[in-house]
Amino acid sequence: MLSIYKKEIFSFFSSLMAYIVIGLFLIVTGLFMWVFTDTSILDYNYAGLEQLFSIAPIIFMFLIPAITMRSFAEEYQEGTIEFLFTKPLEDWQIVIGKFLANWSLVLIAFLPTLVYYYSVYQLGSPVGNVDTGAVIGSYIGLMFLSGGFVAIGMFASSLTNNQIVAFLLAIFLCFFMHWTFDSISKMPVFYGSTDDIVKKIGMNYHYLSISNGMVDSRDVVYFLSVIGFFLMLSISSLNRRKW
Amino acid sequence: MSVVVKDLTKIYGAQKAIDSLNFEVEKGQIIGFLGPNGAGKTTTMKIITGFMPATSGSAEVCGYDVETHSRDVRRAIGYLPEHNPLYKEMYVREYLSFVADVMGLRNSRARIDDMIEKTGLGREQHKVISSLSKGYRQRVGLAQALMHDPEVLILDEPTSGLDPNQLAEIRTLIKDFGKEKTVIFSSHIMQEVQALCDRVIILNKGKIIADDPIHKLQQRASGKKIINLHFDKKTDASALAKLEGISGVQKINPSAVELTVGGDKDIRPAIFKEVVKQGWVLVEMKEEKISVENIFQELTTDA
Repeated sequence: MLSIYKKEIFSFFSSLMAYIVIGLFLIVTGLFMWVFTDTSILDYNYAGLEQLFSIAPIIFMFLIPAITMRSFAEEYQEGTIEFLFTKPLEDWQIVIGKFLANWSLVLIAFLPTLVYYYSVYQLGSPVGNVDTGAVIGSYIGLMFLSGGFVAIGMFASSLTNNQIVAFLLAIFLCFFMHWTFDSISKMPVFYGSTDDIVKKIGMNYHYLSISNGMVDSRDVVYFLSVIGFFLMLSISSLNRRKW
Repeated sequence: MSVVVKDLTKIYGAQKAIDSLNFEVEKGQIIGFLGPNGAGKTTTMKIITGFMPATSGSAEVCGYDVETHSRDVRRAIGYLPEHNPLYKEMYVREYLSFVADVMGLRNSRARIDDMIEKTGLGREQHKVISSLSKGYRQRVGLAQALMHDPEVLILDEPTSGLDPNQLAEIRTLIKDFGKEKTVIFSSHIMQEVQALCDRVIILNKGKIIADDPIHKLQQRASGKKIINLHFDKKTDASALAKLEGISGVQKINPSAVELTVGGDKDIRPAIFKEVVKQGWVLVEMKEEKISVENIFQELTTDA
């Protein structure tokens, strides 16, 4: 597992992949946070990082599939999957190793946004007038959310040997898991009766819940379940390839 | 027994890729898998290496069943797949150390140096794999397969697309390795099989049609030999047909004939005496062994 993890991390950083992901993420969040007048903190007049945490899931929805699309699709395409399968590695070791590597890259990408927190902290009046609890909660929420997206993206990648297909499928699945249930819950069928339950199937509900600064074990369990579920699907999808 | 295959069958959809194969390979043997395209060589190898399961039947490597003890089997095997899949964006050294890591080797540095030296990758070791030529990539693949000093080495067409020098080197490598360990390799090149193997298994349409040591297989070729005679000038050598043991005389050109000879007896002395008696001048007499190629053609076209 560790060997796979190491190999994946090395290949991110020895290709342009890691730098593009990190660079793009920081540029886009930076623009929304500090430059675009509609969302800029400087025009918002409140010392908070809400903009960052509302924009980040959308960026992740595109960026994470771009990271995960190669996970298995490339191995199938290049035939290296045969190399992996004929080494004394269990399927779960391959999947978990890759998952942790992909997730690490995402975490590394949003680590520098701590600078934004520091800036807002300094800009607050008086200095330090920031809802630190909410910020910590949001970071934790974002961490789990990105883990979920990575697992979904890897599952999409395990289904095909075409990276573009994997990418598009992953975007759709992430979008579906994140928002669709929110919207569906507002449909007349559910509204007023079961809308609460339907909403809770989606990731957004739990993300917002953690972002409030209250890390509820139910939300944590939810995200771990989503991650576990899609990783299991990936493993069985790899098995299907073996006929 | 290093490898035991029993009633191995693999069915893709409606097509039987291999049909109840049975064979055993002893430790220290080099086995050549021979067969036309689509005969089931690669399928058999993929099952033995645990890449995919058989439809029915069983395969054992070093006493481990490939289905139930897949991981032990994979640890005992070194495998070079047909198209030699490599992580092309990695450096040679980086890739080999990844392989050592995956195999859980201790003291991997010394082992990697050793493999690089053995496979002659010294000059290329700091290059990216994608920049290597096909021959060098093949060596990287071989180094990868040999990394953990496996009991059984399985090579799927290891020499396809190599130049003659590289061919010779890779063959030497396989031969060296085969002194102590078991090697199974597939090939289209008959001379190679002849040069390397102790035993040949010929597959056709998923069935074993021959499984013999090389020398037996050569005898098996209808027990025939061919002798070429060249004379100094135009000679009518049809009189040779009377000699015992010669079943055919065929003119190649006015001064040369090809004799087809049956039986085990060496009849070259008799031919020579006959030539002297007739007063002909012989400038060359050459006995040709029937090659595996002939046998291969004979066996696979009839079947």
